Amino acid sequence: MDQDCIVIGGGLVGSAVAYGLSGQNQKVAILDGGDRSFRASRGNFGLVWVQGKGWDYPPYAQWCLKAANLWPEFSRQLGEETGTDLCYRRNGGMHFCVNEAELEERRKILEQNALHTDGEFQYEMLDHAALAEKVPQISNAVVGASYSHLDGHVDPLSLLHALHQGINRQDVTYVPSQNVSEISGKDGEFRVVSNGKTRSAGKVVLCAGLGNQRLGEMVGMNIPVVVDRGQLMITERIKPFLDWPTLHVRQTGEGTVQIGDSHEKVGLDDGTDPAILQKIVQRAVLMFPFLARVRLVRAWGALRIMTPDGNPIYQQSETCPGAYAVTCHSGVTLAAIHAGTVAEWISGKNDDPLLSRFGTDRLHV
Amino acid sequence: MFKTIEEPAEGAVEILVEGVAHRVPANISVAAAALLCGLGSVRETPVSGAGRLPYCMMGVCFDCLMKINGQPNQRACQVTVAADMTVERQLGAAEYEDL
Ligand code: FES
Repeated sequence: MDQDCIVIGGGLVGSAVAYGLSGQNQKVAILDGGDRSFRASRGNFGLVWVQGKGWDYPPYAQWCLKAANLWPEFSRQLGEETGTDLCYRRNGGMHFCVNEAELEERRKILEQNALHTDGEFQYEMLDHAALAEKVPQISNAVVGASYSHLDGHVDPLSLLHALHQGINRQDVTYVPSQNVSEISGKDGEFRVVSNGKTRSAGKVVLCAGLGNQRLGEMVGMNIPVVVDRGQLMITERIKPFLDWPTLHVRQTGEGTVQIGDSHEKVGLDDGTDPAILQKIVQRAVLMFPFLARVRLVRAWGALRIMTPDGNPIYQQSETCPGAYAVTCHSGVTLAAIHAGTVAEWISGKNDDPLLSRFGTDRLHV
Repeated sequence: MFKTIEEPAEGAVEILVEGVAHRVPANISVAAAALLCGLGSVRETPVSGAGRLPYCMMGVCFDCLMKINGQPNQRACQVTVAADMTVERQLGAAEYEDL
């Protein structure tokens, strides 16, 4: 056996899982895609987010809260081990609303989050005056905001970089530019063929984002993925003005302002569209008028990996036990729990009852 | 350290670099002018405060950011000098009045 475990995919999900598995002294190899692969991990917004997540699916609300609570220690350990500053901050996060109806809808959503977590999820609704006290630059067009001290943010590229440094230090075999063409076998004796070379492993974990649908079929799993494009922009570095990340505007630790986002059903196209970028910018300028004079440095599109109900999939194959799939769009928020609980579940050391709520059976009824 | 190779055909303009008047060849970039004027660095980075000079001279590295005519974070290699232009070093992150 070449490896205890082969992880297919080296983005935020695959590298977090591999980091966790190798931390338990498993011998791990990552087969990553190439430069042309769709890389959600290199195009995202960097939120470590709880509020609103899973409001309509209690297990996901609980899972996100658990994941976010693991972040401070995860960030400290990964940062220390690799000497990388992840720019992780947990001062809380906000969502701005531009009319009373939006604010009321937001309140109802967060009430559900609190309900699903026995009140552990805490939040506040801020009216304009309370918001303006915290964020003086906010325009009068914003009638209020939701705030939760449990939210945070991180530099997502530093996170990916640190995870790769981490797995490198732990002697994980990292193989880039791979195209997996065949997976066969079952628990204890898998064979994975990529770029014409065969490797053997006790277990196989599919973390290939949009590629999980195709790979899942090789090990008897039906993993439906839905492509959802988001477009983002980033500005020049400006003096700090916003301590709290929001769903649409976030000032990074280094002073740039990230502006997002869109949800588009355009298939496998990660390009940009000026008409949509304009709409995104208009919303940001409505919230912070001075942004109209700040220069944009870059705009890009990235493809989210969604499931039909928006919740993650954690599934072990029934016909090929030992093959696992991890599919989600929140690779940042869930990084800590992927390196912890999920890696322990794969190595058989942890059976968190929440995990059973994220199987594919819920999608194929 | 830098000097012009030949007398510029288009004449010269006067610009104000860090408050000091300099005559520089017309039609050169502000980055080239800053080098000619002997600035030790054109900016201090917002993250570590390190001093920087223009690097690529073609608009891709963003290491030449300067404050030009009061506008912060301009790529000096992409702006042509003009008479009476004010050029200042970019110190740290940009500041906007109402920010
Ligand atoms: S010197 Fe590189 S962008 Fe101006």
